[in-house]
Amino acid sequence: MSASSTAEAPFVPKTKVGSFTNFVDERVGGSGILREFGRKVFPDHWSFMFGEVALYSFVILLMSGTFLTFFFDPSMAETHYQGSYTPLYNVEMSVAYSSSLNISFDVRGGLFMRQVHHWAALLFVASLGVHMLRVFFTGAFRKPREMNWVVGGVLLILAMAAGFTGYSLPDDLLSGNGLRIIDGVIKSIPVIGTYTSFFLFGGEFPGTAIIGRLYVLHILLVPALILLMIVIHLFMVVVHKHTQYPGPGRNDGNVVGYPLGPVYAAKAGGFFFIVFGVLALMAAAFTINPIWNYGPYDPSPVSAGTQPDWYIGFVDGALRLMPGVINDFHFEWVIFGRTLTLNVLLPALVPAGIIFTVLFMYPWIERWITKDNREHHVLDRPRNAPTRTAIGVAGFTWYCVMWAAAGSDLIATHFHVSLNDVTYWLRTLFFIGPVIAFIVTKRIALALQRKDREIALHGRETGRIVRLPHGEFIEVHAPLDEYKRYKLVGFESLAPLPAEPNEHGVVTRKEKRRAALSKWFFEDRVAPATPAELEAAHAHGHHEAIAAGEDQKSLSH
Amino acid sequence: MGNHSDGSPNHSGTVATAGQNEVEKFQDPGLPPHRLRLADTDPVAAKRAERQVAILFGTSVIGTLVFLVAYFAIDLGDDTTIATIRTQNLLLGLGTAFAMLGIGTGIVHWAKALMPDHEVSEERHAIRTEEDRQAAVRIVDDIVEETGIKRRPLIRNTLLGAVALAPLPALAIFGDLGPRPDDALAHTMWAPQDGKLKRLTRDPDGTPIKASDVTIGSAFHVIPEGLNELHEGKLNEKAKAVVLLMRLDPNSLNPSEGRESWSYNGIVAYSKICTHVGCPVALYEQQTHHLLCPCHQSTFDLTRECKVIFGPASRPLPQLPIAVDAEGYLVATSDFREPVGPSYWERDEHERLINS
Repeated sequence: MSASSTAEAPFVPKTKVGSFTNFVDERVGGSGILREFGRKVFPDHWSFMFGEVALYSFVILLMSGTFLTFFFDPSMAETHYQGSYTPLYNVEMSVAYSSSLNISFDVRGGLFMRQVHHWAALLFVASLGVHMLRVFFTGAFRKPREMNWVVGGVLLILAMAAGFTGYSLPDDLLSGNGLRIIDGVIKSIPVIGTYTSFFLFGGEFPGTAIIGRLYVLHILLVPALILLMIVIHLFMVVVHKHTQYPGPGRNDGNVVGYPLGPVYAAKAGGFFFIVFGVLALMAAAFTINPIWNYGPYDPSPVSAGTQPDWYIGFVDGALRLMPGVINDFHFEWVIFGRTLTLNVLLPALVPAGIIFTVLFMYPWIERWITKDNREHHVLDRPRNAPTRTAIGVAGFTWYCVMWAAAGSDLIATHFHVSLNDVTYWLRTLFFIGPVIAFIVTKRIALALQRKDREIALHGRETGRIVRLPHGEFIEVHAPLDEYKRYKLVGFESLAPLPAEPNEHGVVTRKEKRRAALSKWFFEDRVAPATPAELEAAHAHGHHEAIAAGEDQKSLSH
Repeated sequence: MGNHSDGSPNHSGTVATAGQNEVEKFQDPGLPPHRLRLADTDPVAAKRAERQVAILFGTSVIGTLVFLVAYFAIDLGDDTTIATIRTQNLLLGLGTAFAMLGIGTGIVHWAKALMPDHEVSEERHAIRTEEDRQAAVRIVDDIVEETGIKRRPLIRNTLLGAVALAPLPALAIFGDLGPRPDDALAHTMWAPQDGKLKRLTRDPDGTPIKASDVTIGSAFHVIPEGLNELHEGKLNEKAKAVVLLMRLDPNSLNPSEGRESWSYNGIVAYSKICTHVGCPVALYEQQTHHLLCPCHQSTFDLTRECKVIFGPASRPLPQLPIAVDAEGYLVATSDFREPVGPSYWERDEHERLINS
């Protein structure tokens, strides 16, 4: 009785910090929040850090970008450069370019902040991309995380938009030529292309409006959208709780890892400083985008061997790969007196369109094929989903071929080969590269699964060779402990799901297509080892382990 | 689907499996036993880890000091050289890097070596419970009922109509983002002004070019006379009007019908703006008479009126008809006979307009 009465008595803090915290707590309910999240469990794995890198890069982008806005002037008015970089002294240029030079040469730490900002932007998109690859290959996009996968895809597009709008701001020769290419692509859009170009540039290219407009998009609209998407993304991570890799003690009903406080918070928080430190190191030692070398934008000159920032490369590469004329067949058509320029329109829109459409739809495609409506919180090891892994690598290869094509001229000059041959090879790889990648990846995944089976059943190789009394040499295999073994056998191997009739007893054509896809997905599979097989393997005796392994290697069809 | 007996030949048959699914799969042995770290068992190791963390934090302090010294001690006066800026950039960067890495690695080392590393397991809860769903459905039903929107279709339909139309002004208000294109893309500065033909002048200084200056094998970057004197829209005009001027052996040119008079003594002028997406076609291969665009490698053959022989462009570069005036300077006898630069929807219409 006395205990409950003391609990009801108002809490009186004893220290100053205590009374301050209590003041806030009584007004916002911090205790409840802390109780909910203070010890929330987070699974730990190195591959979970890519998303963190992206988040931290974004924070660093906001900080360094804010610094830059204090000195940058997005005006395209003409001026004569009066700063301390002598090679460009008195050269006619835009105010935007002049202020970018001033940031680099006349503001202390300005060059450092510019380089931190640019490197962080490159790292932001890169870490987003790698994070999405991790999510794809481990099947983390499955129910209930499909929508969060889509939010991630939107973030990737926004990150590229943020990057491109920022890239164009200094109004140097390189970025001006980038805008020129964008203008050419926009003009190729049927019906509305010319109008869109005039509306974007405020008239003819380059005009005097584009830098100011891109600036507003770059520092306000796009970052705000990114921030919104990040909030939604993290909110959903909290709702779903994090996925975990398979292993002993982990299943779809639990989450195993470190509590948020103190270990996980310390590791994640410390990691922010590490990302910042690495970016600072790069900005200190490696020059990025030396705009003073390029000069102001002028429609006449261009430097050979110029490259866009890496994340735009795949679109630029696709533009390069597309032939404008094959023999005498032109890809520019005049239809009813209107010009349709497919040699620009197709490569600019189709590959990126296919990549993002498949990316956004993939969770639903796989869900439809497997008819799997369960929640998945335990990740797949990529080898245990061979067809998905092969699809992912095929798509990645396709992307990389286009990306490599954006550097076709540099490949040609660095390796002393013909530029035309490089292009012909890349055109070929554009079509057969993904196919080869698919087949090879699937075979590798299946082989790794068989290797897992063998280790689970017969133990690991010890490297110890023993000579038996009758003269035979064998290598001794050491059996795995049950925890290590469970990691190799504790997965689910999906099998093809035949077509099933619907409620009217009819097998629809759509269902047949689904069944065909299911067969294509799952017919090549290696089932996990079973306890019965382990019993059988032991019964064979250790010295026959290898031979038995050969017999039992199974690839079911 | 957890049952792998379908089509899987993995049954050795040596053990009676009795068909139970349970024995087909290995049982989850649960979390592996926790293994203590050196710092958990050995106080000396723990003390060592503690010192390491403190040293890392100390490194951070040094990094911060390096930054401050580099910022205040290196002066960017009027006579700074690139070397000074590079040095300052390097020191500021290294200072920041050590300041940040010291804190980051220190905290992570602290967490990994000294904080408890017991993995704990927590139950997941249903994201949505059936009870919540039913409660939500009841609430939504009540809300809909109270608005009466189902019983009053007039309100619903007029609201839908109003909401559908309301965004139109928000679109229309952007109408002044740019002017209508009209035929701006069809014309360049090369059109004769008041009957006076425009001279070809050097880019960027604008000095006129005499036909006798153009030797065989040479190439000139050309802008129209008067471009540099423009006060407004100079870059816009330049982006359409830049031209490459080259002189070849007249016999290697193969002018098509109607274009015989567009060159002078083997001197030809072509638009420098690529017909692909508009980069300057700046590379002239003197030996092969090819023009190459450095952006996407479209290649044009000068001896065949700049026909596309490689790359993504689909149309030849437009040719500028040229002649020589009384003083021997090169002039354009007319504007381009087609729109220059990348193709656009109205391009063919504009070409017909120019030639009508």
